[in-house]
Amino acid sequence: MSWLICLKAIVGRELLRFLNQPSRLVSALVRPLIWLLVFAAGFRAALGVAIAPPYETYIPYSIYVIPGLVGMVQLFNAMQSSLSMVYDREMGSMRLLLTSPLPRWYLVSCKLMAGIVVSVVQVYAFLGVAWLCGDDAPTFGYVTVLPALVANGLMLGALGLLLSSLIRQLENFAGVMNFVVFPLFFLSTALYPLWKIREGSELIADICTINPFSYGVEMIRFALYGQWNGLATLVVLAVGPLLLGGAIIGYSPSRGLIRRKV
Amino acid sequence: MTLALDVTGLTYSFGAKRALDDVSFSVERASFTALLGPNGAGKTTFFSLATRLFDAPAETIRIFGRDIRRHPGEALAQLGVVFQEPTLDLDLSVVQNLRYAAALHGLRPAAAAQRIERELTRFGLFERRNVKARSLNGGHRRRIEIARALMHEPALLLLDEPTVGLDAPTRRQLVDLVHRLCREDGIAVLWTTHLVDELDGDGDRVVLLQDGGVKARGTVAEVLAAAGAVDLHSLFTPAAVAVS
Repeated sequence: MSWLICLKAIVGRELLRFLNQPSRLVSALVRPLIWLLVFAAGFRAALGVAIAPPYETYIPYSIYVIPGLVGMVQLFNAMQSSLSMVYDREMGSMRLLLTSPLPRWYLVSCKLMAGIVVSVVQVYAFLGVAWLCGDDAPTFGYVTVLPALVANGLMLGALGLLLSSLIRQLENFAGVMNFVVFPLFFLSTALYPLWKIREGSELIADICTINPFSYGVEMIRFALYGQWNGLATLVVLAVGPLLLGGAIIGYSPSRGLIRRKV
Repeated sequence: MTLALDVTGLTYSFGAKRALDDVSFSVERASFTALLGPNGAGKTTFFSLATRLFDAPAETIRIFGRDIRRHPGEALAQLGVVFQEPTLDLDLSVVQNLRYAAALHGLRPAAAAQRIERELTRFGLFERRNVKARSLNGGHRRRIEIARALMHEPALLLLDEPTVGLDAPTRRQLVDLVHRLCREDGIAVLWTTHLVDELDGDGDRVVLLQDGGVKARGTVAEVLAAAGAVDLHSLFTPAAVAVS
């Protein structure tokens, strides 16, 4: 029972903090919407997307790019929560969390769950705006995508947690954008289908194939159409716990981050 | 009788640098103990070990008989902590901050609400329960942090230089407040400080920490005698240290 109370409090606090900062929701939405409304509009003419599962017909580019942008919302949210973990640590409120008598691995997992909940709220807000703009998915897709969002949120959130346990100072965070976020996003199937990338460069296509973020995006793409992409789901479900394990080790008191700080 | 805090032969190093060297002392139930030492003496390192921010060697720190290394959950459940850095969430209200801390210790909402009301009333801040922490002054924020540390009714309260950045009257109020907790609730307190004027007469016990080691411990009078100092202010002068 006390475990559940603790989980609810950590998730609740994260949601409260999120809702207290409307600018955070706006910036979470503006980024993918610029891609959708500006970038995709330009590409609509230049890039035709052939019929490939899960799509049953020719689709405009703006429909293709939506799962990638959902992935982007979750990726940025994961980095934002990991940034707030580094901030929390410098400001000390992380210390409060870690003095709870519950096991450390559980506290770290609760923090991860909280990040996932916030990212799912952001994704649905984005999907809502995209729907208003006419870029919709089948109605049932909005339900079937939920488990995929949780799984992808877990993988990306765990990556964020792991990074936050490794980063010593807030200032180092800019490097994460350059060396983690941008490569993960651009070297994936978020913006272009793999066959299209392969036409341009075999090497980049190969890199996209080993990028776990590609699998997260493909899992969401299929789930949004009520379909199941087994390989993508397996990869996401394997990588997520691995990264989480790394984060839990990073936050354990014997190897921990705070030791380096003092 | 089991001691509230029992530190035995605690040695801790950061790489080659030894931060604590064979530190031993204890805190009895319902007593006020000051861990006194200049900056860099090892107080914060000790504090971080006692609150399990990093691991202490086994069997060196016991809280009510529970080794913090082997039984961290049970040890931490007995422990209330006030950190040196402010750790309130400034964008949340006083009540939201307290509820969060209560939930981290697994308190049910109804029990938490009761304790929040009790502690805020005791600390004279009940009227301000719904304001954001940001709008409180430094002294009030500290009181809220102490109230927060008491949510799960710990039997041992650790405070790491809680008066840093506060003016003299506010500091005095906090010292009095925490002494009251010892008397009225029977809470054991370990208060780390480098300010000797935060000690309150003969009832308090002192552990004098310097260069990572315990130089003297006991009542104020005993520590003064051991260090050959006439008053607490002269404790940190080179002559006094040489005598000890």
